[in-house]
Amino acid sequence: MTTVVTGVGVAAPNGLGRDAFWAATVAGVGGIGPISRFDPSGYPAQLAGEVPGYEAADHIPSRLMAQTDHMTRLSLTAAQWALADASVDPSALPEFGMGVVTASASGGFEFGHRELEKLWSKGSEHVSAYQSFAWFYAVNTGQISIRHGMRGPTGVLVTEQAGGLDAVAQARRQVRKGVQLVMTGGVDASLCPWGWTAQLANGLLSTGRDPATAYLPFDANASGYVPGEGGAILVLEDEHAAARRGAAVYGVIAGYGATFDPRPGSGRPPGLRRAAEMAVSDAGLTPADIDVVFADGAGVAELDRVEAEAITAVFGPRGVPVTAPKTMTGRLYSGGAALDLVSALLSIRHCVIPPTTNIRQPAEGLHLDLVRDVARETPVRAALVLARGYGGFNAAMVVTDERNGR
Amino acid sequence: MTSTSDRRVVITGIGVIAPGGLGTKAFWELLTAGRTATRTLSFFDATPFRSRVAAEADFDPVAEGLSPQEVRRMDRAAQMAVVCTREALADSGFEVADPTRVGVSVGTAVGATMSLEEEYVVVSDGGRKWLTDHRYATPHLYDYLVPSSFAREVAWSVGAEGPATVVSTGCTSGLDSVGHARELIREGSADVMIAGATDAPISPITVACFDAIKATTARNDDPTHASRPFDNSRDGFVLGEGSAMFVLEELEHARRRGAQIYAELVGFASRSNAFHMTGLRPDGREMAEAIRVALADARLPGDAVDYINAHGSGTKQNDRHETAAFKRSLGDHAYRTPVSSIKSMIGHSLGAIGSIEIAASALAIKHGAVPPTANLHERDPECDLDYVPLTAREQQTDVVLSVGSGFGGFQSAMLLARVA
Repeated sequence: MTTVVTGVGVAAPNGLGRDAFWAATVAGVGGIGPISRFDPSGYPAQLAGEVPGYEAADHIPSRLMAQTDHMTRLSLTAAQWALADASVDPSALPEFGMGVVTASASGGFEFGHRELEKLWSKGSEHVSAYQSFAWFYAVNTGQISIRHGMRGPTGVLVTEQAGGLDAVAQARRQVRKGVQLVMTGGVDASLCPWGWTAQLANGLLSTGRDPATAYLPFDANASGYVPGEGGAILVLEDEHAAARRGAAVYGVIAGYGATFDPRPGSGRPPGLRRAAEMAVSDAGLTPADIDVVFADGAGVAELDRVEAEAITAVFGPRGVPVTAPKTMTGRLYSGGAALDLVSALLSIRHCVIPPTTNIRQPAEGLHLDLVRDVARETPVRAALVLARGYGGFNAAMVVTDERNGR
Repeated sequence: MTSTSDRRVVITGIGVIAPGGLGTKAFWELLTAGRTATRTLSFFDATPFRSRVAAEADFDPVAEGLSPQEVRRMDRAAQMAVVCTREALADSGFEVADPTRVGVSVGTAVGATMSLEEEYVVVSDGGRKWLTDHRYATPHLYDYLVPSSFAREVAWSVGAEGPATVVSTGCTSGLDSVGHARELIREGSADVMIAGATDAPISPITVACFDAIKATTARNDDPTHASRPFDNSRDGFVLGEGSAMFVLEELEHARRRGAQIYAELVGFASRSNAFHMTGLRPDGREMAEAIRVALADARLPGDAVDYINAHGSGTKQNDRHETAAFKRSLGDHAYRTPVSSIKSMIGHSLGAIGSIEIAASALAIKHGAVPPTANLHERDPECDLDYVPLTAREQQTDVVLSVGSGFGGFQSAMLLARVA
């Protein structure tokens, strides 16, 4: 069975909505800037990718406002856009034939921060009745299913930045088992002081102050990453179901692989290469069929080297175009790989590879054909998306145009 | 991916940490004795709270052999998962030969919420500072922020390099994580999965959030009898903690090495009520649908079910909802099937409880006994099934249905069967 993507909804730091995002991404326009949501001046890292121009009240029914975190609002908006993009009316589909599988990295953290403050500064009776679910990792899946009457299989996967791919793979499993339509992807946001404090603890955040140089994956001056918020929700369907209703298809979820890195000190090789090979093989392709790799792009020298070695091991030195457009958005946690998947599908549709911006001095010895500065126009029939979650999670996914991956 | 139809998945090792019992043996003794482990909350001063009863595990990570650095790095929930994993591995006798064929699936509803709150109190200086001070944070705070760290800890403890994930679907997490692991083995992505769930939510913010919606009991003057599923006098659940982890293996893999087999995971399904984040419709249709699909997955008729391990949280809404779901999915057979809730004894440990209940279900098959529903003296008139009040029942048990229901509207059903 072939699983196709028929709709996408995007909320990204360099564009709210698919078209704004793609126009900016192809043009190399980034959305990283000084944090505006709170005063970051007391923190060593002060840049983030914030979704621009999002007025929640324009998108979210008022009854949902009090019970939703920012990330849930963004995800509900992206889900609604994805359904509209797919021209699907959920009320016309069987209720048990629609499922929802999303990824989350840290839940509705800003909501949780406000409630913790109420508890500790004012007392337990001030804690919101919505705290029991508004912050937890399952909230986006639950709210999307409720809003659209989707009563089929649900799921929530947490693998930090790898989650966006893991969720889509789980959605594909459901489609293969006969579920007609599955909403999937990831949208994250934890840009509140408490979330920022927690993110700083991993020691990987860039302390750069210039948006053009703070996050430089595969660059000699790589010095950590800039976090962002947002992500993407996708509509997955079985290809025959999609064809029957005449849906426009972005592409095929053709292959997937997931691995976990060896424990420290084992002396065994990292697992990213194996995940990439599994995804290509699962798609029924060979590395020569892959036209572009969307890299994880950690922005940390050692992690960049591990990724570059995995890519060159599979494709050979400079064997495939590689890009990391997340230099324009920052790393979006569970939203990051979901957004990369959308970029890969749009690359297929528009025959163009978006650039990795800001790279001035590629790190030595990586042997990557990095698509830098400007987009590269070229036919794209198959794309490999790589994602890594903090701690050792590796995921890889191949998307193809309709003629591939059968 | 390879064909899924012929690969069968069995439980070959169990590790449990539950209130009133550390280790699988103590856990099963508690359940079959019908003893309760609920008590007055002792982890912090609960005086200001509406509900002051909890089901606390007497778990000491140092006594369980975790190193000082492991104790510092891991939230209590991760600590419990790692200790349960160790027991499950020893129980199964499984030793990792090819790490790439061993995966990890850990369920949790609220992750490292306990450590997060402790850290929040410090970096906010007791809630005084909105701009929390990162200079006072533990270096492990990021591991608490992303509960995926739980899967990492389990993977490291085992040496697993296959697919690893955390599944977090609220209070069905412990069923769904095992269901996910079963799926990965069936599709050929792994031969062995270390799967289960863990939660340690007994912290002020969790108690406060359930207070706010009156989901937890206020029977503070009688804590040992506070969890009363299906009893007419019930008034909410008792917040608990714990973990259960399993070694799951493809059947032939287990047979080749002569492993003991507790039970096969024969069917699983999840559905969503798309109704309300915390509310349930009284008709139980989505849970009934999950049960029907799980039965079809298992290729079993409804009347094959010998015992139902209920969600049985002890809220009026839940008890009526699932009673309706059992009747809707099993018909008259629901009236002939013993149904019990071990939450009556060990409380509701949110995402962990689904895996703990799978452990109880597997042990019911192994030992030929059904645990009781403690504290059930006067049935809710609208709950008219056989809830096995007060005392365990010896009975040949070949097929068990274990169900869960959670915030977000999630409904899950797992079927276990004896392997001949």
